[in-house]
Amino acid sequence: MSLTLTMKNTPEVPLEADAICPERFEGLGAAQAAAIAVLYGNRRAQLGDFFGIEGQGDGEIRLVGDCRRVKRIGAGMTRGRLVIDGDVGMHLGAGMSGGTIVVKGNAGDLLGVEMLGGAIEVTGNAGHLVGSAIRGGAVGVRGGEIIVHGNVGNETGSGMRRGLIAVGGNAGDFTGVNLLAGTVVVLGELGWRSGAGMKRGSIVSARSADLLPTFSYACTYRPVMLRLVLAHLRQRGLPVTEAHLSGRYGRWSGDAVEMNRGEILLLEQ
Amino acid sequence: MLLNGVAVEDTFAEAFAMWGARVLITAENEKWGMAAARAMTGFATSVIGCKCEAGIESAVPAAQTPDSRPGVAVLLFGTSAESVGKRLVERIGQCVMTCPTTACYNALASDTTVPVGSLLRYFGDGFQAAKLLDGRRFWRVPAMDGEFVVEERFGVQPAIGGGNLLILGEDTAPTLAAAEAAVEAMRSVPGVILPFPDGVVRCGSKVGSRYKALVASTNDAYCPTLRAVTGATQLADEIGCVLEIVIDGLELGPIEEAMRRGMKAAARPGVRQITAGNYGGRLGQYKIALHGLLNGT
Repeated sequence: MSLTLTMKNTPEVPLEADAICPERFEGLGAAQAAAIAVLYGNRRAQLGDFFGIEGQGDGEIRLVGDCRRVKRIGAGMTRGRLVIDGDVGMHLGAGMSGGTIVVKGNAGDLLGVEMLGGAIEVTGNAGHLVGSAIRGGAVGVRGGEIIVHGNVGNETGSGMRRGLIAVGGNAGDFTGVNLLAGTVVVLGELGWRSGAGMKRGSIVSARSADLLPTFSYACTYRPVMLRLVLAHLRQRGLPVTEAHLSGRYGRWSGDAVEMNRGEILLLEQ
Repeated sequence: MLLNGVAVEDTFAEAFAMWGARVLITAENEKWGMAAARAMTGFATSVIGCKCEAGIESAVPAAQTPDSRPGVAVLLFGTSAESVGKRLVERIGQCVMTCPTTACYNALASDTTVPVGSLLRYFGDGFQAAKLLDGRRFWRVPAMDGEFVVEERFGVQPAIGGGNLLILGEDTAPTLAAAEAAVEAMRSVPGVILPFPDGVVRCGSKVGSRYKALVASTNDAYCPTLRAVTGATQLADEIGCVLEIVIDGLELGPIEEAMRRGMKAAARPGVRQITAGNYGGRLGQYKIALHGLLNGT
């Protein structure tokens, strides 16, 4: 039986809840879970002050309610499953290295920031800096998968070194900025200055895009590796069509300021 | 024992421990996937002279391949995990990577793996790139038609080689027809290959030779032309043609099933006897009794 946390008192200021992590609750009953410490603004509080808790910790946690002001849920998570029925706040899954997080709603900024492994799926939209480095950090996501079915904000995949970020809708500006490696797939539109400063890796869009002049057109072809990635994402529930799979993609090499070793692939319209 | 009027000898096929790998080749269409698979499995009839044994296991529908393109599954066998790894690098590098539109994936889950893509990637001369997807690493090697995608490591596992049937007939035509029928029946079993040309071998071998340089030589006991001159003949007077079918598999069960189906298909008019090759049980690790297969034991 999983542990269910239902929001009963919506916080008025951010609630730092990196304690909400499946492995922290393993073997705990509802009363023990309610006593777990959280930080409410600048004061200490207990989880039970905000959530009604039922069940037994068995590796899966369900959160129900409006968690938009709850930050750092699943931060550092290594295993287990976290399901959130509703919107969720910033830093969800920050630095996680394993396990699965599913959000049936929208997610705030810095989703999966500096993630090492595991998987995050968001059925709605997500904010800025999805799968990025924290401000001042050089390296973002180093492994794992982030799938957002809706739109995302700016700087998705900033400084990413490895892994896969997929967006079913549109992405904001500076998608894949300073990308080191890894793959960012956007089935909708890319914002301005995508791939700025990228060293390696792939940024893919199913739409045309205005690219920086430091990207050079190479060819239009059918990348086999992209079929592999897109078939995988279709299995994960993203609306990948046959046109996406078998279409021709324009390959743009860049960023020239970083030796042109990265690529942006744009589906031929 | 009689099977459809054909005598099945009370003997066993002696099979050997090998190592095997399963490779999935995909391409723009089945024609090019098959072209690569045929090239990769050419000159792979026997470890004696080819360093490996390989064959096409089956066509794989596009819906079941990682890149949603038509595929072909190939099995390759060698005497050790290291040997299988070397052969994979050689044959995927020379026969699959060179074939238009292909990609090549590991299709055998195993704790033991050998490096393949991680070596072939150097053909990319620094322009190659890696992608990690769902825990599997792939290499993209730039090619003149786009890119060749190959998985970094391939699984290998202990396997069995040298399962066999000998079909003894009165004349070439009915014996060949029986062998063809047996091959068709045996190829319906997943997990096995028949490495010889279209599954049939006419020059079965025995261990050793009167020439020191050779490790194997013609199986004179089953050569009709030598009936009068070799003291080892196993052929009755009415036998004019003997054909062999060799079976390699990843597991013993499918080999046995293939042999069972093969015997039933080969037992037809013009065939006098079905038997199997062995070395008295001294060399192989597996003994597959023909009567046991037909009796379901």
